[in-house]
Amino acid sequence: MTHSIAGRSTLVAGALVLILSVAIFAGVRFGLLLMIGLGFGLVLEGLRFGFAGPWRAMIVRRDPSGMLAQLMAIGIVATVALPLIDASGGELVGAEAPVGWAMIGGAFVFGMAMQVVLGCGSGTLVNAGSGNPIGLLALPFFAIGSFAGAYHLIDWTELGALPIIRFTGWSGVAITLTALLGVAVFFLRQAAPEHRSIPRRYLIAAVLIAVLAIANLIVVGQPWGVVYGLGLWVAKGATASGMDLSGSAFWAASGSVERVQSSLLTDYTSLTNIGIMAGAFLVASWRSGGLSQGMPTLPMRAWLATIVAGFLLGYSSRLAFGCNVGAFFSGVSTGSLHGWVWFVAAFIGSIQGVKLRPLLGLEARS
Amino acid sequence: MTRRTTAGVAMAMLILLIAADLTASPPNPYRQPAIVALGSGAASAGGFCGALPE
Repeated sequence: MTHSIAGRSTLVAGALVLILSVAIFAGVRFGLLLMIGLGFGLVLEGLRFGFAGPWRAMIVRRDPSGMLAQLMAIGIVATVALPLIDASGGELVGAEAPVGWAMIGGAFVFGMAMQVVLGCGSGTLVNAGSGNPIGLLALPFFAIGSFAGAYHLIDWTELGALPIIRFTGWSGVAITLTALLGVAVFFLRQAAPEHRSIPRRYLIAAVLIAVLAIANLIVVGQPWGVVYGLGLWVAKGATASGMDLSGSAFWAASGSVERVQSSLLTDYTSLTNIGIMAGAFLVASWRSGGLSQGMPTLPMRAWLATIVAGFLLGYSSRLAFGCNVGAFFSGVSTGSLHGWVWFVAAFIGSIQGVKLRPLLGLEARS
Repeated sequence: MTRRTTAGVAMAMLILLIAADLTASPPNPYRQPAIVALGSGAASAGGFCGALPE
């Protein structure tokens, strides 16, 4: 029984042994990053904070509280990250990517698919780790989609893209905070009167997520991301099975080849992904009744839709240069214009996804 | 069946992934980077969702 003192002590001891093992056998930086990843998992599952759910709450109930907390977290990170990146001389980099046709289309599809399975990049990891069968089924297809999207990424970017546009330093902080405030005011004006405040747990979660995201940037020199690691897992499996990746401009590039050949325990996004899943598992095991929930009874088309949406989440997020975490959260908080464009396109996609979900049998029709 | 089973499957998949990778590509602790990137003097070089191939 994980709810006994002995059971809970075993969980904590297991997490500590995992972190220490990675620190000793791979490197202290990697152990630290795994600890940060576990922190993400503990906060996201423990405080029931995420991206897909709050977006749905805004669309369905005109409840912007979760989205306001997300904007607050992004604002905190931007205030610290932008001046740090500016002064770091290349030790720290932001989540910079170009705005382009494939990027916009990818973000739209991602927003739609994430409402179908009710899980974004981090959300799918949290859901799988806490035993949600939809998340568990979607995750491997998400990873396959991420691998395939990266495989074709260069072809898609040739559809046309702007140069990378960034807001840097303190002027970047001012622009980003002003824009975040503008979005917050817009959502507050749309909000139902009973939903015009942020619950305490969201405020705590926003601050903790911001602190962890800043720690991620300082420790490894790049912002928090999710989908690169998932695609890398499949690329490693494909290479181990004898698949030739030289036909892909992405996977055949020297940096990609080196990462495919290196240990997963030295890949930054893989480590935070592992930490998120393990952290969510820890909370679900710790929480009274957290794992005793039964399986949902869903029609076959709902399970098929989960597989397709899982694949689309992975594929589209590579074309969009990230998911809610890598593109929206990290993109906006480190001054990349593509983060803002991603947000608009994915939110429009989410509105369509909310309509699709009942049609695919994933909830009772209203 | 409860979430205990599915969460167990998720953790088993994760352990299997790490174990298979450890066999194929064991880490080398003698080639580790500085503990923290900030102040290390080294350029950031990890894989990221937004980065195009080098």
